[in-house]
Amino acid sequence: MSVVTLTLNDELISANSDQSLLEVIREHDIYIPTLCHMEGLSERGGCRMCLVEVQGSRTLQAACVTEVAEGMVVTTHSERLRKYRRMTLELIFAERNHVCAVCVMNGHCELQAVAAIEGMDHVRFDYLHPDLPMDISHERFGLDHNRCILCTRCVRVCDEVEGAHTKDVLGRGINCRIINDLNQPWGSSQSCTSCGKCVEVCPTGALFRKGATVAEMVKRHDFLSWITSGREKNEWDYAGQAPYYATERRKE
Amino acid sequence: MNRSDLHALGERELQKQSEARCRLLCCGSTPCLSSGGTAVQEVFKGFLKENRDLKAEVAVVSTGCMGPCSRGPLVTVQQPGEEDVIYERVTSELAQEIFKKHVTDEATDRVETHILPNDIPFFTKQKKVVLANSGLIDPERLEDYVAHGGYLALGHALREMTPEEVCNEIINSGLRGRGGGGYPSGLKWNLVRRAKADKKYVIANGDEGDPGAYMDRTLMESDPHRVLEGMAIAGYAVGAEQGFIYVRGEYPIAAKRLEKAIRMAERRGLLGSRVMDTAFNFRIDIRIGAGAFVCGEETALMASIMGKRGQPVPRPPYPPSSGLWGYPTLINNVETFGSIAPIIDNGAEWFAGIGTAKSKGTKIFALAGQVENTGLIEVPMGLSLREIVFDIGGGVPDGRTFKAAQTGGPSGGCIPADYLDTPVDYESLRELGSIMGSGGLVVMDDTTSMPNVAKYFMEFCMDESCGKCVPCRVGTVQLYRILDRITAGTATRNDLTIMEELCTMMRETSLCGLGQSAPNPLLSTLRYFREEYEALINDDLHATNGRFTLATPSTRSAKEVL
Repeated sequence: MSVVTLTLNDELISANSDQSLLEVIREHDIYIPTLCHMEGLSERGGCRMCLVEVQGSRTLQAACVTEVAEGMVVTTHSERLRKYRRMTLELIFAERNHVCAVCVMNGHCELQAVAAIEGMDHVRFDYLHPDLPMDISHERFGLDHNRCILCTRCVRVCDEVEGAHTKDVLGRGINCRIINDLNQPWGSSQSCTSCGKCVEVCPTGALFRKGATVAEMVKRHDFLSWITSGREKNEWDYAGQAPYYATERRKE
Repeated sequence: MNRSDLHALGERELQKQSEARCRLLCCGSTPCLSSGGTAVQEVFKGFLKENRDLKAEVAVVSTGCMGPCSRGPLVTVQQPGEEDVIYERVTSELAQEIFKKHVTDEATDRVETHILPNDIPFFTKQKKVVLANSGLIDPERLEDYVAHGGYLALGHALREMTPEEVCNEIINSGLRGRGGGGYPSGLKWNLVRRAKADKKYVIANGDEGDPGAYMDRTLMESDPHRVLEGMAIAGYAVGAEQGFIYVRGEYPIAAKRLEKAIRMAERRGLLGSRVMDTAFNFRIDIRIGAGAFVCGEETALMASIMGKRGQPVPRPPYPPSSGLWGYPTLINNVETFGSIAPIIDNGAEWFAGIGTAKSKGTKIFALAGQVENTGLIEVPMGLSLREIVFDIGGGVPDGRTFKAAQTGGPSGGCIPADYLDTPVDYESLRELGSIMGSGGLVVMDDTTSMPNVAKYFMEFCMDESCGKCVPCRVGTVQLYRILDRITAGTATRNDLTIMEELCTMMRETSLCGLGQSAPNPLLSTLRYFREEYEALINDDLHATNGRFTLATPSTRSAKEVL
């Protein structure tokens, strides 16, 4: 491991060469939105929220999957990036039903928070609003496809942390769905351990605990880092940290 | 098998072929087989069964593609001392007449009208390098390939060149990736060669999916050994011992012939352990795709080979540093591998002498659409589009006029009539907002509606998006719906603005090439035929301040689209 120097928003900083750009950006208290990234899980680079401009690179780079390099010149906020982040959010909101007023996660939702911070106040695209089913066959949890943004945090946590690999993705393109086992009702899944990790890491109201009604569902966003550090240090005190976006307010 | 065995094998085969009084070459690739080629071959074989004494002097050979696919089934008659005669649109009845005329020497006048003269521009303007054997040899017989100089390049490379020299030869030839990207192949080979790892892999990308394009299929069906030879040379050059050839699931004949070719080459010691009695080992396995266009993207293809969901992963790391199972991997299109043996055989200078300053060699195109001679052609780079469409293609049929040519499939764009004299090479096409692509070339006449073309390609991209990243997954659907409104005449000017904005956004933010290039057909038709879009915009709706944008229903409901 060596130390590299890079320019981040016109400031010279140093970082470890095995760090991802996103880690470095967050380390320096620069707010950058993410939806599919979660500490403790493998990176995916699918939500395109953490795109940054890297000088000399032909395309925009997703910070979560970009390794830092010596002499890199990175811009995390620009008019173009702000516009693209907003448009990406518009596309997500248009894809499925994200009406906060009737959502169990209202007020605690990452998607909602990020949209508010990024200033996405209207959607110019057609609301597709497909009529998707809900799976409430599980004893304790429910899965509402209408709220899902296909970040696959649940798929990754189930595979990488719990080791069950109950969840996966079915279909392709706009027809993608999160499934349990071989597309069977969650309640009948033989591999599911009912650990509930998928519910805790889900950024929206797609996965929820049964019994929660509108705005009642609160998830522990730092749940996964609590588990992973707990496993490492064998300390299970839960202090609770504020999410990365807690103090961020919309800037014009 | 060493090189002298190889020579002996080729000599024996040539001797055998020259002894035949008449060789009936029947095209055995997919287009001809599907238009009745199987029946034609049955007729010939039936005759030979009846007249057993003819069997020694007449050969019926199922070959690869001969080129003018729309005129199939095609039969070429070879007789010693005479020029080859090509027959088009051969039926079972006509096959009997052909047999009578050439084998039993009976007079018949019914076949004359079906003779395809071989001095027409369709043949004379082409230059066959990669497809040199296509239509001449039996792809299922190794001997036939060896008789036409096959595996000599591999022997030469293994015995007389170091891996570094092979890479330099490819660099000097100026060969660029034939899958469409146009990255210099030699540089890629060198990257993999220099990478330090216990294992390395070579992959041939045969997951061709552009609508209307079938260059790779034809190459794999017509001359599978040439692809294998190219891969083996690549394996030697980069230090890999394992190759994979990824064949699209819709190409069963190609997969079958490749499988057979691999078995035969292994049996003869041209693949497998101790290739041609040297210390070099190289195994090739086939992987069959399951019908996803995105698996033609290199990272998705590798995921598919590894047994994972066929989705792209962000680059870097690029395959030459970390590919299959994290090892350095060389991945090239099958057509690129098809160009390797001729380069080693004839030298880099010979290859670099063909084509333009920056694009060397020849390129195979699948000529389709509203053009007289549809089929498969191989032309030197830099030939003008006019020569391809009007001389080789024979122009637009039914007295119509040429409107545009679409290259590069759903990632490419269209080239309007004003630019017919553009030389066809990587740079010129890029400047025009299109790409070389893998080689699909669809000709459109003046009856074609360009917004409809854009809508067709957008529908394709929408169906083929893997769903991993948001801009591609949702963006393609939104663009499709706007195009649907435009073609239905219910779009507003506001839709046009949003559409353009979304196109730029998708280009810059999508994860892989599919999403980044999905707006290309739309943007290029908009660039050259904007008036067609404008004419379809409903200004009455616009007069209401664009308030109808959200309320105007699409002609297809959300449920239908989803």
